[in-house]
Amino acid sequence: MSAASELDNLLASREMVLVAGSGGVGKTTIAAALGIAAASGHRGRTLVLTVDPARRLATALGLEEFGNAPVQIAPAQFADAGVEARGELWVAMLDTKAGWDELIARHAPDAETREAVLDNPLYQNITSRFVHSHEYLAMEQLHDLHATGDFDLVIVDTPPSRNALSILDAPGRMVEFFGSRLLRWLTVPYRSRLFTVASKPFYQVADRVLGSRFLQDIADFFVLFQAMERGFVRRAREVEALLADPRTAFVVVTTLETAPSHEARFLARSLLERGMSLGAVIANRVLPESLAERSAADSAVALAEQADGPLADAVAERLGAPREQVVSVLTQVATGFDDVALVAARESDRRAELAALAPTLLSVPWMSGDIHDLAGLGELAMHLREGG
Amino acid sequence: MTGKGGVGKTTIAAALADLAARHGRRTLVCEMDAKGALANAFDVGELTFEPTRVAPDLSAMAMNTEDSLREYLRLFVKIPLLGRIGPLASTFDFVADAAPGVKEILGVGKLCYEVRERNYDLIVVDAEASGHIVSQIGAPKVIADLVQVGLVRDQTQWMLDILDDPLRTGVAVVTTPEEMPVTESIELLGRLRAETGAHAAAVIANRVLPLVFTRRQQRVAGSLGDVVPLLTEAVGPGASTVVMASELTEARRRTGAEHLDRLRRALDVELDVPADLPLITVPELFARGAGPRVVSLVADSLDDELEPSTREPHRDRDGRR
Repeated sequence: MSAASELDNLLASREMVLVAGSGGVGKTTIAAALGIAAASGHRGRTLVLTVDPARRLATALGLEEFGNAPVQIAPAQFADAGVEARGELWVAMLDTKAGWDELIARHAPDAETREAVLDNPLYQNITSRFVHSHEYLAMEQLHDLHATGDFDLVIVDTPPSRNALSILDAPGRMVEFFGSRLLRWLTVPYRSRLFTVASKPFYQVADRVLGSRFLQDIADFFVLFQAMERGFVRRAREVEALLADPRTAFVVVTTLETAPSHEARFLARSLLERGMSLGAVIANRVLPESLAERSAADSAVALAEQADGPLADAVAERLGAPREQVVSVLTQVATGFDDVALVAARESDRRAELAALAPTLLSVPWMSGDIHDLAGLGELAMHLREGG
Repeated sequence: MTGKGGVGKTTIAAALADLAARHGRRTLVCEMDAKGALANAFDVGELTFEPTRVAPDLSAMAMNTEDSLREYLRLFVKIPLLGRIGPLASTFDFVADAAPGVKEILGVGKLCYEVRERNYDLIVVDAEASGHIVSQIGAPKVIADLVQVGLVRDQTQWMLDILDDPLRTGVAVVTTPEEMPVTESIELLGRLRAETGAHAAAVIANRVLPLVFTRRQQRVAGSLGDVVPLLTEAVGPGASTVVMASELTEARRRTGAEHLDRLRRALDVELDVPADLPLITVPELFARGAGPRVVSLVADSLDDELEPSTREPHRDRDGRR
C-alpha cells in the first residue's frame, strides 16, 4: 500500500484528527491542507478548527472575523483555486474568550450564577491563565463539534503551547483542578477558613503574601465556579475519552531541525504510551534528500577543482557571460554545497528517527514562501495525498 | 530575550551572555521555561535555581517558581513557622494556579531582586516566547492592578521601577527572516511598551543567509540550470543536485531578505520605537543544533555586529579586565 492511500485512508476512517507539534512548524497550514485533502478525497463534510492563523491564511479561508461559527468554503472558491472537491469543507476559528463565555453559559446552574461569573473582575484574567485554558478549550470545542454530528471529520489545529503534551493533559488537569484541595480550601467560607486550625498557618502565609482582599476576590470567583463543577468534570471526562477513542487520530507536524523533531519524537512516544492513535508524522519544510547523496558531494568537489578551467570557458560561452564571473559563481556554488549537504544529512538522520516511530511519514518540501491561498493549499493537499 | 518559538532564542541568549562574560562583565543567564535548552547550549548537566558557574564571569540558572517562592518567603516574609506550614507545595499550588500573575511575578521578581542587589553586571533572560512574554514581563503591572494590599502589592513598585527603566531593562526580540516570526515580532514591538512598560532594546535577526553573489553573478547563477548537461559531462551526475542546492539557497536568501525588508520598514515607519533601535543580524551557521561551539560562533558574530562605541567598558567594578 502506498503512503498516498494511507493518508486518504486515515482521513476516511477517522472522525477526528488533531494536528500537533511545536510552535512555528506550520501546523495551521498543514491542518488546512489536510482539510482540503479530505474534501477532495471523500464526500461528506469536513471541518477544520484553526487557532490563530496568519492573517493572510485566514483571509484565504474566508475567516475574516473572530467567532466560533463555522463557515463553508464555497464550491466556486475551490473551482477558482483549481481544487476538485467531492465533499464540503468548513472552517472555524477558535476564539478563547467567546469559548469560555459559552462554557460558562452552558454549565452555570442558573442565570444568576452565569452573570456573576461573567461579571467577576477576575474571570477574564483567570480564564486566560489557569489550567492551560487554551488547550482545554480547543479539546472542548472538538468534542462539541463532534457531538453535533454535523461533520464527518473534524480536524483541529492545536494551539501553540510550551509543551506539546499539555494538549493531552488538559482535560485531566481540569478534572484534577475541581477535585483539588486548593479549590476546596478556596471555597470554604471565609470565616470558617480563618478558624480552621489545620488551614490557619496556610492561610496566614497566603494572606501575608497576597493580601486578604485579593484572597477574598479569588474565593468569591471559585465559589461561583464550583457551582459548575459537575458539568465541567463530566465534560472533561468525555473530552478525555474522546482523545483516546479509536476514531481519533493525531498527526504530528515537525520540521527536521533538531529541537522541533526532538519534541515530535517525544510527542509521538507519549501518544503511543497513552494508547492514543498516531496517524502520521508530517515533516515540513524539508530539503530534497538527493542533497545528501554521495554523487552530489563528488560532483561538488570536481566542480571546485574545475571552476577555473576549460569548463568555465564553455559555460561562459554558452551563457554569454564574462569568464571571471562564471569562475566566481562556479566556485561559490561548489563550496557552498557543503553547507547545504550538511543540513540535508542531518535532516536524513532526523527523518530516519521519526520514520521508526510513525506508521506514515510524509514530507513537505521547503517552499519560498508561506501559503496564502486556496490554490497553494490545494497543491499541498495533493502533494500529501500522493505520499509526500 | 523573546521571540517566536523555534527562532533560536536560547542560543542567542547564551551567546550574548557568553559575549558579556568574555568582556569581563559578571553575567547571569537564566532560562525561564525549564526546558533544558540552556543547559544544552553550555553542555552542562541540568541547571537549577541555584546558579551554576559555566565559564569565567558567567553563571547560568533555570527558573523554578517554587524555589523562588521559598527564597521570597525566607527573605521578605521572614516567617518563622515555615517548617510548620506543611509542605510548601500546597501553598505553591495555591499561588501558582489560582492567583493570576503570581507565578510570573515570582520569576520576574527573582531576577529583579538580583538586579537590585547588584549581584551581576548583566542578567540575560531567556524569557517566554513572544506569545507569552507580555503576561510574563507585565506580571507586576497585573498584580499592581489586581491586588490592593499585601506584601506582593507593596513589592510590585520597585520591580516596575527596574522593568520600566530603559537604562536597566531592555527587551530583545529575536526573529528569523521568515514570515511568521517577523510578523509576530512586529506585533510584539507594537504593544510591548504600552502593555508592559518595558522598552525594546534590540531586534536580532538570526540565521540570516549571507549575500554571496553580486547582481551580475546572480544572473549567471540563476541561469546555471541551462548548462546542467555541460556541467554533468564535466563533473559527474551530481551536477544537477549541486546546481539545485545553489538555487534553493539563493531562493531562501531572497525570501529572507524580503522579510527583513518588511521588518526594517516596520521599524522605520510603522512602529513607534526609538530611531536608534538596533537591528542586529546573525548569519546562518549551518551547524544546526545547540552546544558550546555554536554559542561561541554566534557570540563572535554578535561581537562583530555590535559597534564598539555601544559596548560597555570591558572592566568590572574591581577594574579587572
